[in-house]
Amino acid sequence: MKNLKLLAVVLCVFTLSAFTTITDGDGYKVGDVATDFSLENIDGKMVSLADYKDAKGYIVIFTCNTCPYAVAYEDRIEALNKKYADKGYPVIAIMPNNTDVKPGDNMEAMQARAKEKGFTFPYLMDKGQKIYPQYGATKTPHVYVLEKTKKGNVVKYIGAIDNNYKDAAAVTETYTEDAVDALLNGGEVKTKTTKAIGCSIKV
Amino acid sequence: MKYMPLLVLMIFMSCKNESTTTEVADSETEGKEVKEEKVIPNRKFKIYDYDGLEPLINKVDDKVHVVNFWATWCAPCVKELPYFENINAKYKEDGVEVLLVSLDFPKDYDSKLIPFIEKHQLQSKVVAFDDTDQNRWVPAINKDWSGALPATIIYKGDKRHFYEKSFTKEELETELKQFLK
Repeated sequence: MKNLKLLAVVLCVFTLSAFTTITDGDGYKVGDVATDFSLENIDGKMVSLADYKDAKGYIVIFTCNTCPYAVAYEDRIEALNKKYADKGYPVIAIMPNNTDVKPGDNMEAMQARAKEKGFTFPYLMDKGQKIYPQYGATKTPHVYVLEKTKKGNVVKYIGAIDNNYKDAAAVTETYTEDAVDALLNGGEVKTKTTKAIGCSIKV
Repeated sequence: MKYMPLLVLMIFMSCKNESTTTEVADSETEGKEVKEEKVIPNRKFKIYDYDGLEPLINKVDDKVHVVNFWATWCAPCVKELPYFENINAKYKEDGVEVLLVSLDFPKDYDSKLIPFIEKHQLQSKVVAFDDTDQNRWVPAINKDWSGALPATIIYKGDKRHFYEKSFTKEELETELKQFLK
């Protein structure tokens, strides 16, 4: 019976992997432990998740200057940080594009944009593009909500910020806020993954 | 072999455990027949929400349909656009139809999209897609789509391939030829 169960699990894994396409990538699923990193911030300092000793978790957002969807969400990303940084869930923004392909996303441009918009969150350069593939980010913006636990920073939500990229006033589903609120209240995140339109990360 | 039904059941059950954290269901899209089509006079294209677009990307006929999601601000999209124009012209007589679905923002229709269509003399059919409920239509268009642009569907009848990638001219023709047999 034990062998049969094992066989069933093995077969299941095979069946699932047979239907897995390239587009799924090898990134994190909800429940995985996310890697920490040490990436340069716009102020020249290196930033790691571990630097935030008092954090209960993190709102990691892959975003950039040049994608219209990312730009449309800038103010809402800032609002997320204002609302949740003090509660223990700071926004950590990471710019994943190859800046040779997108010069508008280089460090000087990131600094200028952050200054112009008054970003209060770290805006980090994924130099060498090593971090975004581990997370499995494919586009900007792309959100990962992490919860700090004893076994590491566990992925609790992946997807969109909300359900209207065009008009913040017309939003009816605040997916990222709902996920963080649930975690702050010690509950289960109801909607664990959502899909968002975005600009492909430039390699 | 008498364990076969049990085995099959267990496969399903163990699979079910694996899939509890998958995407939000797109059941909302089922059973809706509402077509909203915003037609503005003198525009060179029609503007659709998802209910309007859905029939255009699920045509049941003998043709090979190539649907490309793009925007004028999307550099890799603009780069591959001539390849779509190429197959639209080259394979028209083989029953190939290209549909270019622009995701430009409505505020850019007059200032960017129309000038772009005119400047590049686009011959393929262009429609504009304006629907903000991304979590509904991204998985409805394809369950494996992460939402990154550009993206392309090639389909004929029940045969359907989805591509979340940029094409070279040769790659696109190779993919298309799979449908021309």
